Amino acid sequence: MIDEMTSRSLLSLKSVSKSWKSFQIRDVSLEVRRGEYFVVMGPTGAGKTLLLQLIAGIHYPDSGEIILDGVDVTYLPPERRSIGYVPQNYALFPHMSVKDNIGYGLRVRGHPRDEVERRVRELSSKLRIEHLLERRVSTLSGGEQQRVALARALIIEPKILLLDEPLSALDPETREEVRDYLKEVRRMLGFTAIHVTHDFIEAVDLGDRMAAMFNGEILQVGEPMEIIMNPRNELIASFTGTKNLFKGEVVARRGELAEIDLGGVRVYAATRRSGKVMVAIRPENIVILLEKARISARNVLEGVIEEISEKPPYISLKIDAGLPFTVYLTRNALEDLNLGVGKRVYLAFKASAVSVF
Amino acid sequence: MGASQGGLSWGDDMRRVENLFLTFSILGSIIVLILLIPMMVAFLMTNPIQVGEALMDLEVLNALSTTFTAAATATISALLFGTPLAYILARREFALKNLLESLLNVPLAIPHSVAGILVLLAYHSRSSIGEILSRIGIVVEDSFWGIVLAMLFVSAPIFISSARSGFSMIDETFEHVARTLGAGHFKTFFTITIPLASRSIISGAIVTWARAVSEVGALLIVAPYPKSIALLVIERFEAFGLSAAIPITALLLLIGIIVVLILNYISRR
Repeated sequence: MIDEMTSRSLLSLKSVSKSWKSFQIRDVSLEVRRGEYFVVMGPTGAGKTLLLQLIAGIHYPDSGEIILDGVDVTYLPPERRSIGYVPQNYALFPHMSVKDNIGYGLRVRGHPRDEVERRVRELSSKLRIEHLLERRVSTLSGGEQQRVALARALIIEPKILLLDEPLSALDPETREEVRDYLKEVRRMLGFTAIHVTHDFIEAVDLGDRMAAMFNGEILQVGEPMEIIMNPRNELIASFTGTKNLFKGEVVARRGELAEIDLGGVRVYAATRRSGKVMVAIRPENIVILLEKARISARNVLEGVIEEISEKPPYISLKIDAGLPFTVYLTRNALEDLNLGVGKRVYLAFKASAVSVF
Repeated sequence: MGASQGGLSWGDDMRRVENLFLTFSILGSIIVLILLIPMMVAFLMTNPIQVGEALMDLEVLNALSTTFTAAATATISALLFGTPLAYILARREFALKNLLESLLNVPLAIPHSVAGILVLLAYHSRSSIGEILSRIGIVVEDSFWGIVLAMLFVSAPIFISSARSGFSMIDETFEHVARTLGAGHFKTFFTITIPLASRSIISGAIVTWARAVSEVGALLIVAPYPKSIALLVIERFEAFGLSAAIPITALLLLIGIIVVLILNYISRR
């Protein structure tokens, strides 16, 4: 049993602690299995980046052990760990072309030039960035930079890939596309990854398992849906913000627009997914209307206010619109609209405010 | 009119701004003229034939070659020893770092004759360090090495602070990523850090070289011979008067302008 656990585990952190500048990691123990896509979710300042940097060897822990593929790497320098690291700002080397960026890891390991060239081309064609190879880094868009950074990290065939907030620099419309891209690349290349994020949609959509991290501590580890449905404490519950999370099925589509049946209630979403899906609508992205006015929002649902409560800095409304919705308003908006329990209102939100996964 | 209700209108505001720029332009022109007039006069007074003659003058050529090679040697020394120091200052914190950085700038804050006295005092051939140096054939008084040492003393601080600020501006994440990709510390330094800091390093080296070429005071104290070009200008001026100094002056001015243009090109690239 123990043998089976250790062989399945690719990376294990044992009681790792570190304090660096204003960031802290407190007694973190973690197992990442071979081939697993592991998501670490937590708010800004939770120490997620520091955790990745400890695993990469950029910092050494104050105490604890890091075991990678059966080897104690706690104090091994980064160049001897074989870890792929994609930092949040991608950090593409500005003085090199895209091709030289991707090939860097092979060149410094002394691979012959023609082999570097061939492997860069192979991987680039798999990642669909072959057309970017001769470009200068400064001419790339955010999404292109990300793909190049991914290729640069993957070319050394790392034991584990570390992704620091890979989607946070992208606009919401392209995030679904990039999540799909990451899944596709993973299917193709089959790597083990740790992905750090503050967005539970990424955790649910990409993660095999996830850890919830707050103030440098891991508070809960498990399958993403399990954590979101059964958060161990109020901190996790409030952060994962599992408001307005529904199961549904795509029943019709017009181009980029999908009509999703949530069990009686239908919403429109900007997604390319089909079949059974999960749908999330952030409470602060819903607008309350008193009349069914003509507005640009694609979705307008009718409902009755059931409860009004404080959710600093917002006011939280529970509204029955066929399904239980939660909406956050500012106090000013609440007073302007003169809302009260039992009042009939309309919920309006854009198709792009509906996250599908 | 209607818009001026309750405070300034746009028009008032605009006039104020323009007045400010008008006043500042007048004040600014005065300093521009003070600086540019001597340069223009020097070129107007210069007979190109005399400059050509100066370039044939063996004493001038020797002084130029002494100055340029000594300045280049000082610059290379600053590069070789100053670059590692600058990197440490940019990347690591240690006790008394601020004090060290301040002390390294002292040569820029003292009269150059004083800098010359300091160099001579510490390294003259009968001093304890000077004795060791003379055993390997380096004597400071009236020698090429004395010129190099005096130049290094007054110009190295410029290189160190330029390289240090270049290194500080580089996001450490670049170095971190290079390390994870398999490059050791040294390889990362030479393939990532140095290329990214190259602009600061090159422009720092050029300013250091130019500063070394322009040194007079310390050389007068440490090594008036072999004669460097700045000392030759003084000698000609004192022996033969203002007009005798003009050809060399024009030559050095031209070199100075070229240096500044090169720096300008590097910083825009």
